[in-house]
Amino acid sequence: MALRLPNAADLRAALIAAGLTTVLTIPILGIDITVVGINARLSSDLGAPLIAVAAVFVARLLHAPLAAALGGFGALRLLPSAERMAGYRRPVLLVLIAILLLWPFATSRGAVDIATLALIYVMLGLGLNIVVGFAGLLDLGYVAFYAVGAYSYALLTDYFGLSFWTCLPIAGLLAAAFGCALGFPVLRLRGDYLAIVTLGFGEIIRLLLNNLDSLTGGPDGIGNIPKPTLFGLEFNRRASEGYTPFHEFFGIPYDGGQKVIFLYLLAALLVLVTLYAINRLIRMPMGRAWEALREDEIAARSLGLNPTSIKLSAFTLGATFAGFAGCFFAARQGFINPESFTFIESAIVLAIVVLGGMGSQMGVILAAVALTVLPELARQFEEYRMLIFGLVMVLMMIWRPQGLLPARRVRVELP
Amino acid sequence: MAGLLEVEALGMRFGGLVAVDGVSLQVNSGEVVSIIGPNGAGKTTVFNCISGFYRPTSGQVRLQGELIAGLPSHRVARKGLVRTFQNVRLFRNMTVVENLLVAQHTRTDTNLFSGLLKLPRFRRLEAEALERAALWLRLVGLRELANREAGYLAYGQQRRLEIARCMVTGPRLLLLDEPAAGLNPRETAELDQLILQLRTEHGVSVLLIEHDMKLVMAISDRIVVIDHGRPLATGTPEQIRRDPAVIKAYLGEA
Amino acid sequence: MSEGVLHFLQQVINGLALGSIYALIAIGYTMVYGIIGMINFAHGEIYMIGAYLGIMVIVGLGALGVSLIPLILLLALLVSMLITSAHGWTLERVAYRPLRGSPRLVPLISAIGMSIFLQNYLQLAQGARNVAIQPLISGGWRFGPEQGFQVYLSYMQVLIAVVTVIAMAGLTLFIGRSRLGRACRACSEDRGMTNLLGIDSDRVIAVTFVIGAALAAIAGVLVSLYYGVVHPYMGFIAGLKAFTAAVLGGIGSIPGAMLGGVVLGLTESFTSAYLSTEYKDVVAFSLLVLILLFRPTGLLGKPDLEKV
Repeated sequence: MALRLPNAADLRAALIAAGLTTVLTIPILGIDITVVGINARLSSDLGAPLIAVAAVFVARLLHAPLAAALGGFGALRLLPSAERMAGYRRPVLLVLIAILLLWPFATSRGAVDIATLALIYVMLGLGLNIVVGFAGLLDLGYVAFYAVGAYSYALLTDYFGLSFWTCLPIAGLLAAAFGCALGFPVLRLRGDYLAIVTLGFGEIIRLLLNNLDSLTGGPDGIGNIPKPTLFGLEFNRRASEGYTPFHEFFGIPYDGGQKVIFLYLLAALLVLVTLYAINRLIRMPMGRAWEALREDEIAARSLGLNPTSIKLSAFTLGATFAGFAGCFFAARQGFINPESFTFIESAIVLAIVVLGGMGSQMGVILAAVALTVLPELARQFEEYRMLIFGLVMVLMMIWRPQGLLPARRVRVELP
Repeated sequence: MAGLLEVEALGMRFGGLVAVDGVSLQVNSGEVVSIIGPNGAGKTTVFNCISGFYRPTSGQVRLQGELIAGLPSHRVARKGLVRTFQNVRLFRNMTVVENLLVAQHTRTDTNLFSGLLKLPRFRRLEAEALERAALWLRLVGLRELANREAGYLAYGQQRRLEIARCMVTGPRLLLLDEPAAGLNPRETAELDQLILQLRTEHGVSVLLIEHDMKLVMAISDRIVVIDHGRPLATGTPEQIRRDPAVIKAYLGEA
Repeated sequence: MSEGVLHFLQQVINGLALGSIYALIAIGYTMVYGIIGMINFAHGEIYMIGAYLGIMVIVGLGALGVSLIPLILLLALLVSMLITSAHGWTLERVAYRPLRGSPRLVPLISAIGMSIFLQNYLQLAQGARNVAIQPLISGGWRFGPEQGFQVYLSYMQVLIAVVTVIAMAGLTLFIGRSRLGRACRACSEDRGMTNLLGIDSDRVIAVTFVIGAALAAIAGVLVSLYYGVVHPYMGFIAGLKAFTAAVLGGIGSIPGAMLGGVVLGLTESFTSAYLSTEYKDVVAFSLLVLILLFRPTGLLGKPDLEKV
């Protein structure tokens, strides 16, 4: 592992890169536009551009020597391949489930709250994984179904006073209906076009939510969404008319943490049900059809598989899980507005699926947790969150496009 | 007499290019019919038209009396007409047996709740599908490779798998696109046997495109010759062997 | 002329101005898609950078006391085009070229990542709020009766039209007559063959990105003059609409992008006037969806047949 010194070629490349960086960063990073009243002027601060240029210069200078020494940057060999990790599956799975169930009783309220949020993204990720990972369909408008689920609960409970548990399946069904309606005309489109159409749909839904004030509350959203109850027991200090609060029923003192833990366990339950369903699905004819269609659509058609209905099933099922997640999200937040359902959300969920490893459930779970928890750990970088997120997306595609935990195929074996 | 497959004056143009012009052929129940012709004659295009991958610009295709020209490929397959491809199209990342399970998609229980809850009917149909797959793997000699990834199979084995995959759908008519391409003489002889076996023991009729004359002459009941998209001759192997037009097309002017 | 007709004429004028902007941005999408079959998700951000640079030059020159408007305009365009093109070039080199040949989804994710990165980069560097300046060019002509509705054709709108036409003409000449332009056309038809003929397709692709960025920069400068406002997220919606325009006209076709831009601009203008301003975005996206459903190859595109 001999590290050679940078040579003339490296120097030249580094100078060019530094020069380019200068041109790029001086205007954007170095110049500030200040507008006071009708007067506008420029001011410069060359500190940041200078750092950027220096960093790029050094990086480019050392790039080739480092690559030579490390034998190529290759795929980040830090993470083991799918096969190597297969052996650890069983024990790791059990440990994870144990952590999942014990977490709320061992950590602070804040940690449980974040974990609940992570579980929502796990659900969304698993749902989109069906569409993108299993069926190979590029959906950039997934947030639309999330919104349908959330607004369904908010509106149904507002207009008809239905409880969370009643609304949960309805939200799923409505999201599925939207999935079917949106999917049916567009699923025969080629990859990129499908992506853009779904993106368009997502935006249309958000704009409609924003503009149909009378129905959806417009930009103000809908508030006072009730939390779910445990067989009628509410998790408040005092329950509403005719109902008993949880703590009274069990004769224990009221604690705000009870609500948080309940919501967490509810989310955990939903995630476990989702995982069960998905693991069944991939072992069913439908799951096999998704994979076959993804591998070779022409061969699949020649065997009698109807591509549109198979893609539609993936799309609809994915939408259903988003609907469940949305319903829970509305219940947890107590308040929703169109701002929670922008394209960025779709992008985040897509990133979770792709960065985790398309088609890989463990990968999706890992990515969802990482994407939710890491920003919390690095609170001081709050304002750089999205910047880093975008950068990570690009870097992952360049260095490890197969994702953190590439999918491991479940095989049907003939004895 | 009405045949299993009737192709009448089939025509296919792509913009200004006429790929197929006026091709007619018939496959009767229990027959093996071969389509031969120089490269680029339009044989695969004929297959694509019959199997629903192209919509023919003119002509008729009838399967057991039913018009199928213009139907999408998966509908045609469900009516009992399946095909193989010139470049073998297997689901390479799936195992051999999984390839055969996917092919039985239309014969398994695809009901969502039935599968989620593992109801008895679901389990029974899955078991049946697995048995049928095992049966066909034995018939084509791939039983030991059942759990290997399809992409890892040797070329000859892949071709056999593709045929087994077609058969597991329970078809009436099998379209084979150059099944012997790339096979050595021993494998070709085995293919010969297999096709005849399919015909006699499994009641399937076969329409194949081939360049291997030995195979074609040996197993065909009838041969259709196509050149430049047009029909050149039709008849028994003996008749075709002696047809002057055919000889001219293949060997040039004497 | 009746008031209704004048009103209609006003919408046409507004629509054409808006459409020109969309057309300029749309060309970038369509050229890149035509040559490497990829949707450059971050192209909207390139336009946004162009707009910011335009504002900087205008403000800077204003502070220096320069008041000759044609000079300001020219410098704004040149500086913006240059630096924005550098951004476009770097974008391709850093985020897309390493991924050439990967499955479709990979470069798309990278593009989305770059889009998010650039939006936030600008937000952190320049502030999240709108940057608004005094309009540089104001005034225009009015047509119509003394009392009642008058059609207003602003100088800015005329400028947009003129600059757009010049840019389009320049591009058409370049693509049609120059060697590099021919190489671009060849590359978009058959990249492999072009490589075999000794043309460096990497260079051609880089040039395509640069041209697209330059045109987006022009659009950005014009917009910064027209509306006087920029903000870090202006690229997202504009990009999506420009992409709609590109698809509308037939993705991969430069005349298609021009046509699509104009059609979209007019549609938006009419919707705004005759339906409601709130729904103009919905209509634009609905148009996108409808086109992709019923005529995905667009108005000027050719349908493609899959080979089995």
